[in-house]
Amino acid sequence: MNRIKAFGAFWYDFVIGDDWHVAALVVAGLALTAILAHAAHVNAWWLLPLLAFAALAWSLHRVTGNK
Amino acid sequence: MNALPLILTVFVACAVEAIEALTIVLAAGITREWRSTFQGMAVALVVLAAVTAVVGPAISYLPLTALRLVIGALLLIFGLQWLRKAVLRATGYKALHDEASAYLREVTAAETAARESRRGVSDWYAFTLAFKGVLLEGLEVVFIVITFGDNQKDIGAAVIGAAAAIVVIAVAGIAVRAPLTRVPENWMKFAVGIMLTSFGTFWGAEGAGVAWPGNDGALLVLVPVVAIASAACILWLRSRKSAAAAPALQKEAVG
Repeated sequence: MNRIKAFGAFWYDFVIGDDWHVAALVVAGLALTAILAHAAHVNAWWLLPLLAFAALAWSLHRVTGNK
Repeated sequence: MNALPLILTVFVACAVEAIEALTIVLAAGITREWRSTFQGMAVALVVLAAVTAVVGPAISYLPLTALRLVIGALLLIFGLQWLRKAVLRATGYKALHDEASAYLREVTAAETAARESRRGVSDWYAFTLAFKGVLLEGLEVVFIVITFGDNQKDIGAAVIGAAAAIVVIAVAGIAVRAPLTRVPENWMKFAVGIMLTSFGTFWGAEGAGVAWPGNDGALLVLVPVVAIASAACILWLRSRKSAAAAPALQKEAVG
């Protein structure tokens, strides 16, 4: 059981890293881009860079807010 | 696209991983025993080769759109993680990754660990330390080579970049026989974070169905934009830190 936990923790750390909010925002951004592109036929190339920057800034704000 | 940016990106990214692996291997070899350390390295390299042999061809069977979406998402998450850490270190919110202190930590742990012989390996601690270090850092190298190489349809160029990085760091490590402390690791990570974020954004959005203005040429705009935005984050956190420190200094002066 411990080995399975360690294996899971390794992959979580490898893929998600220190702040899961960043990963969640990236996935949400990609989903939104796909919906806009396929359902609304909007070529939203600008959305992902904006969301990526927002995710970075928000994560930095959260981690440094109380320091 | 010209292969040179791909080779350089993979080279810098893999050099960072190789430096970290070298630190662990040196700590195991110098403190414990070289034979078991090399055995650990060798087994890790065999596992890495097996992973590459399985994952590499499997990935190339995926449709390009799905591949770009998944790989883009992973690269973007990795890139933002690297940028986050590099920005926090550049602004003093997180301690700089110091290879000398990382080496000392590993050495101290290695010196106190008991010596145990297992499965034909005379020093199990040195074996597992080298195995884990090379495997973990190596997995990142494999991931970078496969994702960048496959997306750019130029695995050869990505392999050249990675192999060059590993050879350069290994030769430097053998020459110095100490952790490579003079390498500006944080700025290398910052640069790699910018590249991973830019390529991840580009491929991820393409995989989601977007057509970039200027096609591949959009990367020439995206990379500097990400670099400027990341630099702006450093300036923002520095000003925030000095603004927070100013009242404390004033209080000290008055007191």
